[in-house]
Amino acid sequence: MNTQKITKNKIKGIIGRHEAEKTSLIAILQDMQNEFRYLPKEALVAVGKHLDMPLARVYEVATFYNAFSLKPRGRYLVEVCAGTACHVKGGFNLLAKLERELKIECGQTTKDGTFTLEQVRCLGCCSLAPVVRIDNDIHAYLTQDKIPRILKKYRK
Amino acid sequence: MSKIVKMEDLNKAKKRGLDALMPRKTKIMVGMATSGIASGAGEVYRALDSEIKKRKADIILKKTGSMGMDCIEPLVDVITPNMPRMAYGRVTAKQVPAIIDQILNGSIDKEKPTYYMGEEDFIVTGEKIKYYKGKKPASLKGINAIGDVPFYKKQVKLATRNCGLIDPENIDEYIAKGGYFSLYKALTTMTPDEIIEDVVKSGLRGRGGGGFPAGTKWRSCRDAEGDIKYVICNGDEGDPGAYMDRSLMEGDPHSVIEGMIIGAYAIGAHEGYIYVRNEYPLAVANLTKAIEQARACGLLGKNILKSGFDFDIRISQGAGAFVCGESTALMASLEGKAGEPRAKYVHTVEHGLWNRPSNLNNVETWANVPLIIARGGNWFSAIGDKASTGTKVFSLVGKVNNIGLVEVPMGIPLRDIIYDIGGGIPDGKEFKAIQTGGPSGGCIPAKLVELPVTFDDLKKAGSMMGSGGMIVMDEKTCMVDIARYFIEFLESESCGKCVPCREGVHRMKQILEDICEGRGQEGDIELLEDMAGAIIDGSLCALGGSAPNPVLSTIKYFREEYEAHIRDKKCPAAVCKALIEYRIDPDKCTGCGLCPRVCPTGAAKGKIKKIHTIDQKKCIKCGACVESCKYDAIIVE
Ligand SMILES: Cc1cc2nc3c(=O)[nH]c(=O)nc-3n(C[C@H](O)[C@H](O)[C@H](O)COP(=O)(O)O)c2cc1C
Ligand code: SF4
Ligand code: FES
Repeated sequence: MNTQKITKNKIKGIIGRHEAEKTSLIAILQDMQNEFRYLPKEALVAVGKHLDMPLARVYEVATFYNAFSLKPRGRYLVEVCAGTACHVKGGFNLLAKLERELKIECGQTTKDGTFTLEQVRCLGCCSLAPVVRIDNDIHAYLTQDKIPRILKKYRK
Repeated sequence: MSKIVKMEDLNKAKKRGLDALMPRKTKIMVGMATSGIASGAGEVYRALDSEIKKRKADIILKKTGSMGMDCIEPLVDVITPNMPRMAYGRVTAKQVPAIIDQILNGSIDKEKPTYYMGEEDFIVTGEKIKYYKGKKPASLKGINAIGDVPFYKKQVKLATRNCGLIDPENIDEYIAKGGYFSLYKALTTMTPDEIIEDVVKSGLRGRGGGGFPAGTKWRSCRDAEGDIKYVICNGDEGDPGAYMDRSLMEGDPHSVIEGMIIGAYAIGAHEGYIYVRNEYPLAVANLTKAIEQARACGLLGKNILKSGFDFDIRISQGAGAFVCGESTALMASLEGKAGEPRAKYVHTVEHGLWNRPSNLNNVETWANVPLIIARGGNWFSAIGDKASTGTKVFSLVGKVNNIGLVEVPMGIPLRDIIYDIGGGIPDGKEFKAIQTGGPSGGCIPAKLVELPVTFDDLKKAGSMMGSGGMIVMDEKTCMVDIARYFIEFLESESCGKCVPCREGVHRMKQILEDICEGRGQEGDIELLEDMAGAIIDGSLCALGGSAPNPVLSTIKYFREEYEAHIRDKKCPAAVCKALIEYRIDPDKCTGCGLCPRVCPTGAAKGKIKKIHTIDQKKCIKCGACVESCKYDAIIVE
């Protein structure tokens, strides 16, 4: 998935798909997040104007929900499941391994902009624990030794 | 899609659906729920598709949801006329040609099915439809019937009745299994009061957490004043380690929709919302399609079944906040706001979404409704336990052999779930505890393994039913670490509105971290217990109100484990990194050279064929050596 270029037109387009009601706020932000993979400031300002809402309110909602990111993300989002089933099966060791391999900490993006590493609370694949999701691919029953090979596939 | 108005139309759709479900030619179904796809079902599906096309075989290929037994996915089901339904587990793309071979030549000798099904249970209508006539085919010798597979033997499938059989994208197949006949019955022959009466009689209690009687809630919402009312489906599934609702929304979306329409009619609502967790894109996709189909058939929209009743449903996606599973927070989120709970004395059945009467139920609760209307409240209440009627779907995960979704009659002892259905603990390890109720629940120790699974018994044991996560833990699971894990989860998910929840949980986390990292002090346990009381009393919503549960239940049953951490600076389960060491067992080490290769810091050393060692100063306790060692030669303690 590529990070999309942020343009005024795109922002306008997304806003235009929703009714100019305050209740649309989360849905609009979700579409923005899907399009740009984070919430650029221009977008937040434009949403506030469109819904006739102070920027602080938009910001409150944008920071309340974990799905929204205010920082640009890398080309691939690496999400390590930190749900109970994955925790019990040693998912925390996978996170540490990914941090070492990518040379970043959880929440950061690699210098070359390829990977962003994050933790997520349960991907609903608890039966396949421990799992890591990269983009939309679930890597099931994951062990540390498989990680370098998997990352290589995305690095190409 | 043609409109459904009369019984005749339903029957026509049913016939079409039956032809699709049990066709007169061969059909192959692949379980394509999220768990199936993650196990490689997509690849198997594509292989089947290309093999069928290559051979120009007259075979129908279909997608279905999950049968629950995730540990044998990808699962491929084959239905051939006059033969039982054959289920092949753990199929790889490589096996596909052989499977097609034996379908075409009518044998089952090369690839052995995992089990077979002689008939299909149409629980909504009470029928059982056989796949073959006459005697059991001789070729089935040595293959288990589904009823003899331990994983399925004690299960009773009510809520998950259609998952893994029907194509969730085809409304006719849902109707074939008796779907929307309950809606017809409700709208054309029952008054709202009669429906509520039946739901009350069924004893159905909410499957999302608290176990509040559904009929009572419906009644209050019906009686509440206001012209505009809402019904809402809670598909937020916040318990990290549970996925029953995902499976239902993915595998049988119409059961939830039908339940909601019936509920809306009974309550007097004309608008409905389904709030789906952010992490569930396939559930959203399947629900969206199902709603469109129901609308196209006239089962949603204006004047449903010519009864004069209007109702429609919208889907709203969560954005990753556990607290939004709480009813008032969920409604705030639906309104486009930050999901902060509000005080409970304002009842949502009177002042809910946009301050109007709103009835919120969990996905599984709604999915049970059509069955209750079809078979009657008395029929339903005869299943399960007296005060906890019906069944409950659990996600049985963690340290257990047969991992998957299981639906069991309530009142079943934990032992049956863990040992009979789950097949016990892997690698000959000892069963230690089972966690239920998610972050609001607790850990039930092995000594209570005979506990019947009911709302009240679980509560008495210091846990709760919750939405259905069951995480099995063995001797290698540290209970202090589990308490720390849940408290850390709750700290990051607290909305921050109440000081006891925000600050108290944070402080508890610090204490638990100290204990896990070897800085625990005498009195810490008592301090945790004290704080727990204050947090329970001083929190607005149940997130804070139940946050201490994982700590209290582990202290109650595993106090000595806390004491070992605090006094002896030892983690008996060998999990807490600050308290353990990795060593090599010289009796088992063969000097194979693997651990020095995988060790990221060079702590594991040794020449080939010489016993290896681990340098404690360099070891970061990452566990890579344990994962790699084939001889079980790494001691962690
Ligand atoms: C913090 C918190 C999280 C919750 N999460 C969920 C959830 O994910 N799914 C759910 O159905 N109920 C959840 N609940 C329970 C709901 O508040 C509500 O009781 C339930 O959805 C009502 O439906 P039911 O009566 O059919 O169970 C949660 C409650 C709390 C306090
Ligand atoms: S108890 Fe916690 S989560 Fe609930 S309203 Fe208060 S601060 Fe928010
Ligand atoms: S706990 Fe990891 S997917 Fe659910």
